[in-house]
Amino acid sequence: MAVVGREAQARRFAGLERRGQVRLALLLLPAVAFLLFFYGYPVAAMLLRSVNDPAWGSQNFEPLVTARSTIDLVVAELPMNAYVRVFGITLQIALGVTAATLLLGYPVAYALASLPPTQANLLMILVLVPFWTSILVRSYAWMVLLGREGLINQFLVGVGFAGEPLQLLNTRGAVYVGMIHVLLPFMILPLYAVMRGIDRSLLRAAENLGARPSQVFRWVFLPLSLPGVAAGCLLVFILALGFYITPALLGGQRDVMVSMLIQQQVTQLNWGVASALALVLLVFALAIYVAFTRILGVQRLFGGARA
Amino acid sequence: MTMTAATKTTSERTASERTFGAVGAAVRFDGVEKRYGGGAVVAVDGVSLDIAAGEFLTLLGPSGSGKTTSLMMLAGFETPSAGEIYVDGEAIAAVPPYKRNIGMVFQSYALFPHMTVGENIAFPLKLRKRAKAEVARSTKDVLDLVGLPGYEGRYPRQLSGGQQQRVALARALVFDPRVLLMDEPLGALDKQLRERLQLEIKALHEQLGVTIVYVTHDQQEALVMSDRIAVMDAGKIEQIGTPNQLYEEPASRFVASFIGESNFLAGRLQEQVDGHAVVDVPGVGPLRASTGGQHAVGDEVVATVRPEKIVFADEAAETEFNAVEATVESVVFVGDAYRYEARLGGGQSIVLKRQHRAGVAQHVRGERVRVGWDVADGRLV
Repeated sequence: MAVVGREAQARRFAGLERRGQVRLALLLLPAVAFLLFFYGYPVAAMLLRSVNDPAWGSQNFEPLVTARSTIDLVVAELPMNAYVRVFGITLQIALGVTAATLLLGYPVAYALASLPPTQANLLMILVLVPFWTSILVRSYAWMVLLGREGLINQFLVGVGFAGEPLQLLNTRGAVYVGMIHVLLPFMILPLYAVMRGIDRSLLRAAENLGARPSQVFRWVFLPLSLPGVAAGCLLVFILALGFYITPALLGGQRDVMVSMLIQQQVTQLNWGVASALALVLLVFALAIYVAFTRILGVQRLFGGARA
Repeated sequence: MTMTAATKTTSERTASERTFGAVGAAVRFDGVEKRYGGGAVVAVDGVSLDIAAGEFLTLLGPSGSGKTTSLMMLAGFETPSAGEIYVDGEAIAAVPPYKRNIGMVFQSYALFPHMTVGENIAFPLKLRKRAKAEVARSTKDVLDLVGLPGYEGRYPRQLSGGQQQRVALARALVFDPRVLLMDEPLGALDKQLRERLQLEIKALHEQLGVTIVYVTHDQQEALVMSDRIAVMDAGKIEQIGTPNQLYEEPASRFVASFIGESNFLAGRLQEQVDGHAVVDVPGVGPLRASTGGQHAVGDEVVATVRPEKIVFADEAAETEFNAVEATVESVVFVGDAYRYEARLGGGQSIVLKRQHRAGVAQHVRGERVRVGWDVADGRLV
């Protein structure tokens, strides 16, 4: 009698637990449905298109199919070469921007993390205001600044540093300046979050044990801030890979990034090529994300400084 | 002091063990002040303190009493606003922390989470450019010393709180510091472990002979561990003395209430004879007590007496005895004793503690009793 009652009780508890899990799953449902319909479906369609538009195994892959050796691919004036070159430029710009934002952002994040919270929050606004401004607006602003009649050229000519206005706009340098400006907050924010989480008593302990300030940084602060460095670099690098507006407005004819090439193909109604390029870009970003998380672990990347 | 400590260490040490921090240094605070916010907030207010080489001194006080700030100035993380701190006669107030060679155990242990236990302990040795073999040997020896042999490869997060505490202690000792500072090192541990570590740290201190400056707000901990205790309040040292002195002869009401439990009976000083004071407590009558400070006849004074010194008057028949009438207001069983609260004639309450023994009748609430204490156990503060 008592045993039966006990089992019934256990079943009831198990049922309650299941119901709790179902309820949690229901909370996820709207977001999952949204993503599947507006993101999953288009990506799948694009994936299909990249291999069968205009026809399965069409000219998209012709150079690959007909080439007898790698040399053939390189010497032949094939579109494939242009694609490789564009991916090369894209990678180069993304890497350069990532490195530059890290170099610029790390000291800023360090300073912010060292200040008392009230002051840090105030200064953080300086980081966030550009962050909240449209990329388009900021890119146009750089066009105004860097143009032939722009503020910078007027100043350079005015003080006699340059005889005539310099070509600043539509250069690789302009692309770097614009992209670094836009992406810097994406580096500073994760760095700051991780650095804030570093226990200050660890730095004191290191100093107490005989470490000079530079040694405290090298052996304690820097290693503990690495999860922030990884998160910031990942974020900036992946965002930079897909950049479109800034390089399109500030870059020259030779500074073509993948996203611009995709847009070009779309306007020429080459949906197949555009899809293939987009897919390669997506695979690139995913591969880098997986590599980072494999090495560092998602938990450390987005879970703060404490492992 | 150093001599005796050193001799002791040699005799107690086994052959393979190395001493850590064996030569303790003398520490002196000379009129040290610490002000914040342009002088508006005074954290430490003119502290002068002599700590002998090899001594275990505890700074005891409530939060905000300036004990931690004093410790931080000794460690070098805070700079005094005025005064000077000497270690073995050398002024160190302007010396950066990394040049002080003072070990410290932090409240949070502050073990480096990205380093193993071995790397944590080797860190101060590597900074001192010790040879690899020596680093390995010292690391092993100090882990043996704190009772964690073979833990080199673990990470701090894999250890329990008590084990982390031991590693922090090992790391603070391994580089032979002149002085070892401990900032509430046992605060995060449960009571039993805390009490065991108190005794272990005390034994370690006796074995090593290093000077220890210990900060705590736990008076029990201070009484158990210290050679001497400096009681701090509002940035000042209220009283310095051995645990016994502080407990038996508190110099102020603050010390009497902060260390142990005390009864306070307000009254007027009637007369002083043979080192005894006679205090007229309203509604109770004249009570005798030993005098602590300077008081004049006619002053409003407070007499203190510890709860465990008070007995029911039927149990004792001393000559030098205060006896008063009281009504039992509450009886509470506290494990090792019964705690009675009783109201005196004038309305003031006193607390007394009595161990329960077989064959002794319990007093009950509302009962009229006579309680008393030895004249020497009462003190004016």
